[in-house]
Amino acid sequence: MNIDFSADELAFQQEVSTFLAEEFPEEIRNKTANSIELGKDDYVNWQKILAKKGWAATNWPVEYGGTGWTPTQKYIFGNECAKAGAPEVMAFGLKMVAPVIYIYGNEEQKQRFLPDILASNVWWCQGYSEPNAGSDLASLKTTAVREGDEYVVNGTKTWTTLGQHADWIFCLVRTGAADVKNQNAISFLLIDMKTPGINVSPIYLLDGSPEVNEVHFDNVRVPAENLIGEEGKGWTYAKVLLTHERTNIAGVTDSKNRLKDLKEKAATTSDGMPGSHSMLSDNPAWQQKVAELEIELLALEYTELKTLAAVSTGKAPGPESSILKIKGTEIQQTIDILNVEMAGYYGLPFVRDQFMDGFDGVPIGPDQAAASAPIYFNNRKATIYGGSNEIQTNIICKAVLGL
Amino acid sequence: MDFSYSEEQQMLQDSVSKFISTEYDWDSRQAIAKSETGFSADHWQLFAELGWLTVPFKEDDGGFGGSAVDLIVTMEEFGKGLLVEPFLANTILAGTLIAEAGSSEQKTELLTPLMEGNVQLAFAYAEPQSRYELANIQCSAVINGDEIVLNGHKAVVLNGAAAEKILVSVRTSGDACDREGVSLLWVDANSAGIRRESYASVDGQRAADIWFDNVTLPTSNLLGDVGEAIDVIEMTIDRAALAICAEAVGAMQMSLFKTVEYSKIRKQFNTTLSTFQALQHRMANMFIEVEQAKSILLMAAMEMDRLDGKAPKALSAAKSRIGKAARLVGEESIQIHGGIGVTDELDVGHYFKRLTAIQFSFGSTDYHTARFAAS
Repeated sequence: MNIDFSADELAFQQEVSTFLAEEFPEEIRNKTANSIELGKDDYVNWQKILAKKGWAATNWPVEYGGTGWTPTQKYIFGNECAKAGAPEVMAFGLKMVAPVIYIYGNEEQKQRFLPDILASNVWWCQGYSEPNAGSDLASLKTTAVREGDEYVVNGTKTWTTLGQHADWIFCLVRTGAADVKNQNAISFLLIDMKTPGINVSPIYLLDGSPEVNEVHFDNVRVPAENLIGEEGKGWTYAKVLLTHERTNIAGVTDSKNRLKDLKEKAATTSDGMPGSHSMLSDNPAWQQKVAELEIELLALEYTELKTLAAVSTGKAPGPESSILKIKGTEIQQTIDILNVEMAGYYGLPFVRDQFMDGFDGVPIGPDQAAASAPIYFNNRKATIYGGSNEIQTNIICKAVLGL
Repeated sequence: MDFSYSEEQQMLQDSVSKFISTEYDWDSRQAIAKSETGFSADHWQLFAELGWLTVPFKEDDGGFGGSAVDLIVTMEEFGKGLLVEPFLANTILAGTLIAEAGSSEQKTELLTPLMEGNVQLAFAYAEPQSRYELANIQCSAVINGDEIVLNGHKAVVLNGAAAEKILVSVRTSGDACDREGVSLLWVDANSAGIRRESYASVDGQRAADIWFDNVTLPTSNLLGDVGEAIDVIEMTIDRAALAICAEAVGAMQMSLFKTVEYSKIRKQFNTTLSTFQALQHRMANMFIEVEQAKSILLMAAMEMDRLDGKAPKALSAAKSRIGKAARLVGEESIQIHGGIGVTDELDVGHYFKRLTAIQFSFGSTDYHTARFAAS
């Protein structure tokens, strides 16, 4: 047992770092450094660069174009990307629908969808939640009725992240009769967003961004060949996908990066105590909070490494991945609020333009302080999505503790 | 990067685990804890025969290897059985000091019999006023030619009653809290001028307060260079802290396991406790604490084995995080058990006691959080 990198791993680290220095676009680097929202083009461009290098699909099997990296290589890659300010790839295609396609899809579906996902030619979005099916996802009501070689889909999906950009959506739909037990009536269907009858309407979040959408299906006719696997097995497939989603949303490398940034800024921000003239980083109350946060993140990093190591020996990420989701999002939200605390009065200005691509005015407040509160507000979603943290807790109770 | 145990480590774990599950059931443990000496001499001999007393030492010193990972493998299993035999005081505290600071003669005189199970040792470092500051030493050792005169009071010395030889941190020069001027010596426990007041500790182990009144000993009893012992003492206490972190991880796993099992049996309102979501979520939270504790323990052990100077910070992260987990898991185990949890009869309360003692040993949770922040 050791945490040293081998000579090969050190060489790999050097290779990644050189690649990032040469290939990661300056334009995107500047945006992330200045809290400017990334647009669709930024994500597509960056993924295409990764794909060209063969590094887009770190979680896929090699036969479909994955990297075949060891957990340590993935860890190194993630760390180097975070250091360089490179965003994580959009998860919907690469990390969410792709595993379902290559595990449960047929040969034709694999050949039809996987290459375009890898090359970032197609933008995917997720059709799971519905207005009346949140944490109780299995109660979803969108129907897909078989008519000849087609399914006719009716219903509404919601919280569809960046659905406004999407070319395709992967959906959980109800194919069984009304009396079939909820989970055995659900199927996994891929739908082209250009199909007539689909209407996307934005939902504005607390930070003012139209990050998510409602997607309405009105007699949308979908070829039956777009069904993944068998009818009625969609819930099983979705659970596999959710386990992958959960490990992805721990966000350890991103949090490490944000914490480093937080500590650096606190060293140049006055603590505002009368007569102290000292920096926030010297304030004992602040120090204690930051130290506890950093320690929790360190523990989570090793929990994630243990999980990755188990996955590399052939095990699917188990219910332990719920820990990554719960702790990862708690840590993200703690960093969010510490940034707001540090901003002080400059947490108040709400100047959305300042964080949009193309802003050429003078930003209000220091060091993107004005971004802190909108990020905090928006990211309250983190403990709710991907199966709320209370649902994750239920999973641990049932699957780990046998309660 | 590799998260698996070596074959030797796997065998060590199997061997300790087998002993705990077959020879160290709850009634036997309680009988030993309540006996006159507070530990089993037969078990101690068995540990020596099985080679466990060599675990913290390098092969050059006749040991198993001495890596931090070896140490946590052993201590985690001991934690599951709430072992009361003085492994920590003998091998990790006294033993590490001898191995790191002792001359080859001193190793032959002290370390060899220790590994063979033929001597009981202790390390007296804390004082009534010192709390966790290791250089806060008032115990004085005055060197006169080839004789030393020792005076002072050492507090809560683990294994202090059974110890036949006692290692003592002393001040040979400088002011009360100076890092310079701290020396290390050993003294025969039966020397004239030594008074011991021994007692059981809250976790069923044994300790003593020890007074030295003009105790004389030869200068050949000094370990290492005069006045320069603080570094080796700090390193030793950090290793001991890592060891009890591992012990806590073992104890927490058992406490959680016993609580979950009890919740599946105990009925109230015509159903088992395990069906109440208010309790389910508390147990899930305990599970998360245990997993986070295991993770940070591995991190600290691997950092310690790297020998790159980052060990103290890594150890503080682990002690802080595991201290927090130990408090939650210990207290929640009692709460979920209900009334039976606060009885002396049931084992769960004794896991709680050991987990509490661990939080305040070798630097408290807050101490290590602050040390982490400062480093």
